[in-house]
Amino acid sequence: MTFVKPAFRHPGLPKNKIGFRKADYEGAISTLCAGCGHDSISGAIIQACYEMAIEPHKIAKLSGIGCSSKTPTYFLGNSHGFNSVHGRMPSIATGANLANRDLIYLGVSGDGDTASIGLGQFCHVLRRNLNMVYIVMNNGCYGLTKGQDSATADFGSMSKEGSVNPFQPIDLVGLSLELGASFVARSFSGDKTQLVPLIKAAMSHPGFALLDILSPCVTFNNNTGSTKSYDYVRDHIEATSVLDFVPEKEEITVDYEEGTSSSVVMHDGSLIQLSKLSPHWNPTNRDSAVNRLQEAKAKGEILTGLLYIDPKSVELHQILDTVEKPLNTLREKDLNPGTSALEKINASFR
Amino acid sequence: MMTVSAVNDMVIRFANVNGTGSASANEMFAKAIFRMGIPVSPKNIFPSNIQGLPTWYEVRVSEQGYLGRRDGVDLLVGVNPQSYAKDIASIKEGGYFVYDSTKKLHPDYVRKGIQYVGIPMMQMCMENYDNPRHQQLFKNIVYVGALVALLDIEIEVIQDIIRAQFSKKEKLIPPNFKALDLGYQYARSHFDCPLHIRLERRDNVGDQIMIDGNTATGLGAIYAGATVAAWYPITPSTSVVKAFETYVKKLRVDPETGKKKYAIVQAEDELAAIGMVIGATWNGARAFTATSGPGVSLMSEFLGLAYFAEIPVVLVNVQRGGPSTGMPTRTQQSDLLSSAYASHGDTKHVLLFPSTPAECFDMSVKAFDLADRLQTPVIMMSDLDLGMNSHMSPPLKWDDERKYDLGKVLNAEELEKIEKYGRYLDVDGDGICYRTIPGTHPTKGSFFTRGTSRDEYARYSEDGDVYQRIVDRLSKKWETAKSAVPVPEVYQEGSRSTQGIIFFGTSSYAALEALDLLKQQGIMLDAMRIKAFPFNSTVEDFIEVHEEVFVIEQNRDKQFRSLLVNELEVSPKKLSPILNYDGTPITADTIMQQIMHHLPASVSVVSSNHKSKTL
Repeated sequence: MTFVKPAFRHPGLPKNKIGFRKADYEGAISTLCAGCGHDSISGAIIQACYEMAIEPHKIAKLSGIGCSSKTPTYFLGNSHGFNSVHGRMPSIATGANLANRDLIYLGVSGDGDTASIGLGQFCHVLRRNLNMVYIVMNNGCYGLTKGQDSATADFGSMSKEGSVNPFQPIDLVGLSLELGASFVARSFSGDKTQLVPLIKAAMSHPGFALLDILSPCVTFNNNTGSTKSYDYVRDHIEATSVLDFVPEKEEITVDYEEGTSSSVVMHDGSLIQLSKLSPHWNPTNRDSAVNRLQEAKAKGEILTGLLYIDPKSVELHQILDTVEKPLNTLREKDLNPGTSALEKINASFR
Repeated sequence: MMTVSAVNDMVIRFANVNGTGSASANEMFAKAIFRMGIPVSPKNIFPSNIQGLPTWYEVRVSEQGYLGRRDGVDLLVGVNPQSYAKDIASIKEGGYFVYDSTKKLHPDYVRKGIQYVGIPMMQMCMENYDNPRHQQLFKNIVYVGALVALLDIEIEVIQDIIRAQFSKKEKLIPPNFKALDLGYQYARSHFDCPLHIRLERRDNVGDQIMIDGNTATGLGAIYAGATVAAWYPITPSTSVVKAFETYVKKLRVDPETGKKKYAIVQAEDELAAIGMVIGATWNGARAFTATSGPGVSLMSEFLGLAYFAEIPVVLVNVQRGGPSTGMPTRTQQSDLLSSAYASHGDTKHVLLFPSTPAECFDMSVKAFDLADRLQTPVIMMSDLDLGMNSHMSPPLKWDDERKYDLGKVLNAEELEKIEKYGRYLDVDGDGICYRTIPGTHPTKGSFFTRGTSRDEYARYSEDGDVYQRIVDRLSKKWETAKSAVPVPEVYQEGSRSTQGIIFFGTSSYAALEALDLLKQQGIMLDAMRIKAFPFNSTVEDFIEVHEEVFVIEQNRDKQFRSLLVNELEVSPKKLSPILNYDGTPITADTIMQQIMHHLPASVSVVSSNHKSKTL
């Protein structure tokens, strides 16, 4: 069944700097359950792209398999999308990025997709610091196959059927910090205020940006005893900071009130402005992020916000030292060494 | 005593210890013969280990240009006592055993009917070199020096090769020359040189080169304009990407900025390798990967996605002995079915079968054009024998006027003219639709790529009719592919024979020789060398007009025959298998004997002056 939104929009709706309305960033109507956290994240992506005034066709959206991986259909209808195979979106994103470094790569995955079958590819795309935003819509369960525990389900968390998870979870944020990710954030699908600037900052970050977003599954994991239910998350959330993202194109007028806010300058001059809740939060210190994460875990808190960013991140194209021009634009004259070179090669084999 | 006797027609085998540096000395020996204008075919027969175990290198010399493997060894250089028993047994009656006589040969190894040529190789090295590693390495050059005298090789040719090899380490040239001379002088002063088998300069190699198939394949990828290579190491395919890397570093770096016009990623596994290729080609770059059987198994899920979502993929499968880990350093043609039908559901893929390094180059280039034209995976089916052994080959050729066939890709201007773009609309009726590359147009041409069923406008659909329309169109595309792939080569002399032979890939060397051997027996058979799957219509015609067709292949289960039966719906009874699957390249003798055994007595005997065929 295909859902199509009516094309008509009120002509008076506001446009962003490049003349696109918010509707230009929307996709097809969602087929996910009403109240699904994933739809809120789709909404945040639409908002972030609209506010960033990105041309929709300059974004490529990629996903694996699962409820979360269906969402790229529901946002950025004018962008090319790729719904690949289970857990293997990172390799598709890597190849796509190698071919054209000029697009923004937005990968969407779920906790099943990333933390189980895709764990290997997740680790390696992170390790290569591919310039992409990697969003995990994390609900701790497999929605499409009706609610089995995923590898991120917390120890002791109760499923809808009443069984208690006997295994330790894989914490994708902790893992990413350990593996050396250059941008690590956690958020909650219900916290659009935090989520939108995080997505904007992640898109501006040159390198791998992880957004682990708790996104409760209303149908299979929103019950009492679940640690990924709306109620549980709302009761245990602890933000590291309230942040705002100011793109380079805007006039940067940030109020630097000593002791209450700080900012991180991105490679392109954009700013991430953090209003501190936690008095000593420094998002450029990996060690403190790891420690604070462990503390939060011990206290049963769900720590959200920008946990770590490396402002000197060196992404894959820089590591490989490829030409500035996208490789997919190079043609015969750039690529083919011609007959004279081949004659020399032949001669070396005589 | 009977003695083998021949000029420019022999098999020389070296029995070495893996890891002792013998490979380069042995290659030097083969190259010297090539440079004397005599056709030569060297083959590594090596174990799957790092060092210490027996390893062999075999050189067939054939003035007539037969480059397949031949049974029977005329001269064996044995420097590995571990394998003496087996090595000595492999020598033809009247053949020679050249060995290290530093230690006296055990009486168990004395065999009547062969001739012993003892050279105190280690002793000479101990006396002339101090460094133990040098003593080991130069032993190899000592036996090459002895062979120069014993077989009458032009010593200047070997010296030139040494000079070229050590041009960047010139101080190594004199000690190499010395080792060469030690062997040479010892042989000259202790034996009647040359032996009854010997070499004589000829002019039979023309402008050919000696190159391995993997290097030619890697070069093909460069000439085809591949910019992304993603791979995971596996024998015997590793050197494809290594060759790509070696040459692309020299040929594809921007001279002004020093930046690379290519990206090579060693992936974490084969799954990621092909995923990267799919991502890159989806995004409009030319990309490839190389692997061998186990890698194809891992890539299968993605191959199905690429087939169904219609994404170009170039995959080089350098086949080795299976199943499972099988014989990783031995050759076979046993991934035919697993490659042709890789992945679940109704999936099939275009296969190319190169026979020579020049064809590896050409087909590597062709694979990219075909993949883009057909928007589907194309798998080049090389094998260890072709990929890792040096072969005499026509030189690699390129036409500077040649343009890449990028297939049906719409640019922004073209999209502008289209009212409603449909990614999976069969506009031209050939089953191939128009694709767009991400980032092409702000509002037109974007679509969603997926492995799930969708309609002509790339919209998700589970409607049975819609699904059937899409998979039927893929069948139509398969029909289109039949006329796009390389056509078979037919070898026919005079009037049509009642029996025919079909072969492909590296079996071709031995098959063509077998045809000549059969002719010497008075039997002339039509032959066809198939270069691609799907089968061109001429394949069906060839089978149709012959009463019986022998299908030569290097696997146990007659996989190529199964493909013919399955795809062309011919009677299996019509196709007689000729097989070899011991991990070594098939020989002409094997083919001839199996065919002779099978032929009815009624096959007419004709006489003809035979002339060797070339690939």
